[in-house]
Amino acid sequence: MMARGAFAFALLLLLALSPGPEARARAGAVNMAAILSERPAATLSDYGLFLDPGAREPGPALTRYDLNTPLYSDDAAKVRYVFTPAGKAARYRPDGVLDFPVGSVLVKTFAFPADMRRPDRDIRFLETRLLIHKASGWVALPYVWNEAQTQARLSLIGANLDARWIDGAGALQQVAWAVPNKNQCKGCHALDEAVTPIGPKARNLNGLTVQNGQSTPQLPLWVARGHLDRAPEDAPRVARFDDPSAPLDARARAYLDVNCGHCHNPRGPASNSGLSLTIETQDPHALGVFKRPVATGRGTGDFQFSIKPGAPEQSILLHRMQSAEPGVMMPELGRTRTHGAGVTLIQEWIAAMDQDGRQKTP
Amino acid sequence: MLRSFVLASAFMVAAIGVAEAKTFKIKPGPTVQADLQTALISARPGDTVQLAKGRYEFNAGLSLDVDRVTVRGAGMDKTILSFKNQRTTGEGLLVTSDDVTLRDFAVEDTPGDGIKSKGADRIRYYRLRVEWTRGPHPQNGAYGIYPVTSSDVLIEECVVRASADAGIYVGQSRNIIVRKNIAERNVAGIEIENSFNADVHDNIARENTGGILVFDLPGLPQIGGHSTRVFRNQIVNNNTPNFSSIGNIVATLPAGTGFIVMATKNVHVFDNVFAENGTANVIINAYRASIADANYNPLPRDIVIRNNTFGRAGYKLDGDLKALSQMGIQGPDILWDGSTTYVAAGAPKTEPVRISIADNISQSGAGVRFLNLGLAVAGADFADAQPSDAAPGLLKIQEPAPIKLAKR
Repeated sequence: MMARGAFAFALLLLLALSPGPEARARAGAVNMAAILSERPAATLSDYGLFLDPGAREPGPALTRYDLNTPLYSDDAAKVRYVFTPAGKAARYRPDGVLDFPVGSVLVKTFAFPADMRRPDRDIRFLETRLLIHKASGWVALPYVWNEAQTQARLSLIGANLDARWIDGAGALQQVAWAVPNKNQCKGCHALDEAVTPIGPKARNLNGLTVQNGQSTPQLPLWVARGHLDRAPEDAPRVARFDDPSAPLDARARAYLDVNCGHCHNPRGPASNSGLSLTIETQDPHALGVFKRPVATGRGTGDFQFSIKPGAPEQSILLHRMQSAEPGVMMPELGRTRTHGAGVTLIQEWIAAMDQDGRQKTP
Repeated sequence: MLRSFVLASAFMVAAIGVAEAKTFKIKPGPTVQADLQTALISARPGDTVQLAKGRYEFNAGLSLDVDRVTVRGAGMDKTILSFKNQRTTGEGLLVTSDDVTLRDFAVEDTPGDGIKSKGADRIRYYRLRVEWTRGPHPQNGAYGIYPVTSSDVLIEECVVRASADAGIYVGQSRNIIVRKNIAERNVAGIEIENSFNADVHDNIARENTGGILVFDLPGLPQIGGHSTRVFRNQIVNNNTPNFSSIGNIVATLPAGTGFIVMATKNVHVFDNVFAENGTANVIINAYRASIADANYNPLPRDIVIRNNTFGRAGYKLDGDLKALSQMGIQGPDILWDGSTTYVAAGAPKTEPVRISIADNISQSGAGVRFLNLGLAVAGADFADAQPSDAAPGLLKIQEPAPIKLAKR
């Protein structure tokens, strides 16, 4: 066992043993040393972000947040928190992810209630993903919860979990939940090959959030809580994909932006496809309208175009959303089930499209 | 309700080596998914991940994002990575880092692509086998070996079989060498697409639907492909019925195509041996679908076909070209659609198209047969052909310089 092997082994031991006293958090005090260290902490509690080891009670520096339209993740519930270092706020940007200061942490916990008919009870945490803005850039770190729900440990190579719950209709549901490994995190979170957050863009945060039973505008809340420098009144806003009062086009574009646009953009992992599904995309062809497939293989479903206006049943984009089969399904990562509500939305949107890719006026 | 199998506990990686470079030794077994992925994540630049001989079963794709790592097996018929049970991700192995070497193993039966590398400069694919073991089937994965948006790509002495699109596919890349490979029973054997500067030589492309393809597609980040040399290849018996899913460009490829060039510039085809390609040994034609991309040129331009040896061809026209049989036209050695005009984004454009054909040798005794379909406008109906067999002569078209790959 030579030096490099010893190093790897030391790293493993480090992950296996409890952290040193300086890395151990005091309840209620965020451990900035752990956040800024280039070496990831072994357990979630080392960061001191939460008051309890089970991460059910956020510390005073955390703010829970919501997105107008979230990524679909096999029906899992998600709880999100933002942390910015004391006295440092993210700088507002109308486009793209807010400009978070070094030391910021975005926390996302994936969970299933035992019974979706009682979604506030008996909630099991599967994993908590941290995106930490270190001096060297963002890193993505998955922490996997133990059976007892008392500790979440770092697992850079991911994990396979078996999640079961009772759905809203009383039926038992089950998914093989795959915690992403380090590379797979980057598979979605890469922009120009560097890790970057996806969700916290002004447009996706600009809406109402319910805090302690009260509905409040989220961007001003972030300013009041010291996470954001300003919240202009004219900040852009994407629709909630499930808001029936929003225009169909706005809902569909919000859905595609969040669920597809992190890869399908000119700087993302799917750039080579020429298909760009972000909300900024104006060119109908780049959005898929009468766009022929590239590198799609059997994913075409024997159809000619990503989007054939008026014909969702002949559109490759919808075909791949409907599939749950590797080699066909899109997104490639992050789901094993088909998102019925998303499929219905995109179906309606393509059906209502004219030959130029615009929505027909009703 | 919730059972957790945290894979980190399965850290079974032996580590040997000297201070600088380390070798991760991986063996087949029930924990190999975690073992190998752990090694691929833990490796540091300069390290080697060594795969012992044996059969490995995976249920998810693997990925490598560390520069200067070598993944090495015990031989393409000894170290076999099977993805028959793969349930997630789009390819068997994904590489997104630079200066990676993959060698001496096989990837079998992936539901999507076999091995993909994106933005992976100076990658080497060496003595790999990528295969769908049931043979040609429309549900096979699309690409076997799939480097894209990369520079300085080497693919050497690999074997690819039964991919439902291209066995070896190089897309939107530059500075490429594809040599001494065997591509067989794929829809397309070897395909160079939307790429700049490639040498494709000393390969065997046999029993595919089409042997070797060089072309550009519209609407992609990198278009304007140019400068490819295709030489000393054996391109024979490419008559497998097309088994691509409809919608892909290769679904329009006629069975019996030896070499085809489309919508790209400065392609030199020489010293190859062609035989038993039922539609034609060589097809030079325009991209035929409508084009929204104003910067895209669907015409093949500056094409040189010289000093090749032609065996039997043109005896069984397939696909759209069957229309020629109905007109009583037999397939030639070299078929050119004759297009010099095209319409892109609504605007018609005409340009000089230089095709040079010289010094080819016919083994069939009939002489080298050339056919110009006289379809002046790209994409015109084959039934409107005005065929002529007057071959263009030798034109001086500067041959691209041999590819030199960047040093690591």
